[in-house]
Amino acid sequence: MCLAIPGRVVSIDGAVAKVELGGVERMVSLQLVLEAREGDYILVHAGIGIQVIDEEEAKATLELFEEILKEEAAWEAEGN
Amino acid sequence: MNEERILLHHGSGGRLSRDLVQNVIVPVFDNPALRRLEDASPIGSALGRMVMTTDSYVVQPLFFPGGDIGKLSICGTVNDLATAGATPVALSVGFIIEEGFALSDLRRILVSMKNTADSVPVPLVTGDTKVVEKTKGDGIYISTTGIGSVPEGIELTPVKVRPGDAVVINGPIGNHEASIICARNDFSLQSPVASDCAPLHGLMKAVIEKVPHTRCARDATRGGLASVLTEIIEASGYGIMLDEDSIRIDSDVRGICDILGMDPLFMANEGKMVIIVPTESAQTCIKAIETNNPKARAGVIGEVHDRAPRLTVRTRYGTSRIVTMPMGMQLPRIC
Amino acid sequence: MGGRGKLRDFSQYRSPIHVNTLVKKLHRIYPGGTLKIMEVCGTHTMAIARYGLRSLMPQGLCLISGPGCPVCVTPASIINAAISLSAFPDTAVLTFGDMMRVPGTAGTLELCRAKGADVRILYSSLDMLENAKKERNKHFVFISVGFETTTPGIALSILQAEKMGLENVSFLVANRLVIPALHALCSSEDIQIDGFLCPGHVSVIIGWGAYREIAERYNIPCVVAGFEPADIVMAVDELIERIANKTPGVGNAYERVVTEEGNKKALEVMEMVFKPAAAEWRGIGVIPDSGLVLRPQYAHFDALTRFEVPLVTQEEPAGCRCGDVLKGIIVPTECALFGKRCTPQAPVGPCMVSSEGSCAAYYTYGAGE
Repeated sequence: MCLAIPGRVVSIDGAVAKVELGGVERMVSLQLVLEAREGDYILVHAGIGIQVIDEEEAKATLELFEEILKEEAAWEAEGN
Repeated sequence: MNEERILLHHGSGGRLSRDLVQNVIVPVFDNPALRRLEDASPIGSALGRMVMTTDSYVVQPLFFPGGDIGKLSICGTVNDLATAGATPVALSVGFIIEEGFALSDLRRILVSMKNTADSVPVPLVTGDTKVVEKTKGDGIYISTTGIGSVPEGIELTPVKVRPGDAVVINGPIGNHEASIICARNDFSLQSPVASDCAPLHGLMKAVIEKVPHTRCARDATRGGLASVLTEIIEASGYGIMLDEDSIRIDSDVRGICDILGMDPLFMANEGKMVIIVPTESAQTCIKAIETNNPKARAGVIGEVHDRAPRLTVRTRYGTSRIVTMPMGMQLPRIC
Repeated sequence: MGGRGKLRDFSQYRSPIHVNTLVKKLHRIYPGGTLKIMEVCGTHTMAIARYGLRSLMPQGLCLISGPGCPVCVTPASIINAAISLSAFPDTAVLTFGDMMRVPGTAGTLELCRAKGADVRILYSSLDMLENAKKERNKHFVFISVGFETTTPGIALSILQAEKMGLENVSFLVANRLVIPALHALCSSEDIQIDGFLCPGHVSVIIGWGAYREIAERYNIPCVVAGFEPADIVMAVDELIERIANKTPGVGNAYERVVTEEGNKKALEVMEMVFKPAAAEWRGIGVIPDSGLVLRPQYAHFDALTRFEVPLVTQEEPAGCRCGDVLKGIIVPTECALFGKRCTPQAPVGPCMVSSEGSCAAYYTYGAGE
């Protein structure tokens, strides 16, 4: 029930930020993500930031994908 | 005559009407046929079959990145002629202008029409102007009718489409509608994305020259790529499968689609021609497009098949989904 | 910084290599037999249909769409009320695009607009405040629908309207809560669900901890999933693992944005403005504490009270099996009306109305060929 996409915080003015989402810019409310800073990536839903995207976790997820890739390759190599 | 605004009088058929036509409209286009100010114009002799098309333009806003209603009114009609492989011979125009419309805006639109028509080239040989009361029009509506001549031996029709044929397009999709969405500012999205509005007569001429066995062509305007492919499927009885990764979508357009939850396949274009050619001619077709316009990013985006007569998309995961035309306009969504 | 570079490349979550690997793993660990996983969220239904993920699932693994589609579950009575409100003089109805074509008893908001009512589509509920400031002589009613992803934003709009002292705004409140709905599904006798694919963005707000009570009471695993194809398949992988190992519990496969506690600020503003109440879910019926109403201090923003418009419950048309579809008991194609009397062009029930409704997704994208 939720179209939300990641956007980069370009500049902040109080509780409103100019956010760049895939090349498009929009003013987004930061009232629910007051900890967001310039350069952060936030998840935007209906013009409102709902979460700061955790860089470390994002990295971890991508690393997990790589791990699974290796695991599956190993399984296949074991002759399945 | 009021130097700044169109008045109801300008549409009355009286002196002011004639003044408007003679002093404002005709001088911009300035050709012998138009100078005679007749209702019907001879268009000279022409070789081959004659085709005719008409279209009306009601876009808001009137001026947007990449074009305006005037440029659109020429391109749209020229491109409809081009889908038949026709060389545009002449255009006529009808204006319905709202009382109070700024003359400076009218001039701007006329000059844009003239420049676009010249670039084809196609003369505007006759026209009509009406003025409606304030609030009974949306600034200006434009109607253009075009006549073209199709070279001997050329007949583009979806009925000629065959399984195995390649579906070619001359560039990325969705730019026009994305640009209008931003220009209308209903959702406060800022983007430099511009309409792709352009005349495609030259492109089609180049393609037909190099690929005389071109099956058919359609300009993907309202309803987008999906709409014209659905038309071709219905007319030919064959199915079309698109390759999702081959369909180019500019990142701004993708961004707008992602934010508003819209599908670029259904978004309007004003400078995109979908061309179906025998598969062995696909590369020749692409080269012809790029020779005509080195900036074009043409490519094969799908193929015709004889399984079910419907439009499907093969995703990058090897799965496929059916593309069904939406009931009406796409609306933005949050879910 | 390497981290930021990777972060910028969100396409990694769509990468065919990752998706295909995760699918391979899924096939390898699948214990066999029939398993029913309910994707609670309508946006998941859309994503699964759009990427054709159903056809990648192992034989026997059924992905069932659940009631997490605000458009689908918004009762006709709400639409009827919205239409009534639009008929008041100098009144504009503002809505998300999703609601424009939902059928009430006698038409849609879209039809209303065609007949001359002032109905406007908004991308953000905050935009209504701008409208209200600019057009003081008009009253603006916002059709407030959505789950916990959307509700905090609407709460913010109400708080801001209060702060700005705007008297020309009101809200038609029809927001719903996910956890009570899951309870209702799990307590229902005819239900047979082996795992829940939990809505990623609702979970951003409520936190993955919120699903513990579901997993523990009913012994059904819950895994929070994002919306990119790799996110979805990874979550399905984890669900299958939990089922195979008989370790239900709660998992989080969307760690870059979902935490255990969720977004505290968002939960706070929701709590400040709204309180839970019984609510009608179209096709399912009334579920206790599953909807939201305005707290007394904000009750002056309630559109129904302000305009004295009643909510009149509507019967669903005979033969409509949306309730069974929403509960995951049948797939859309098993409904006698599907594709015949009920199509996107002429929807009978809510599941066909919204593009993310199960029936609409099946009809539009195919049942996964």
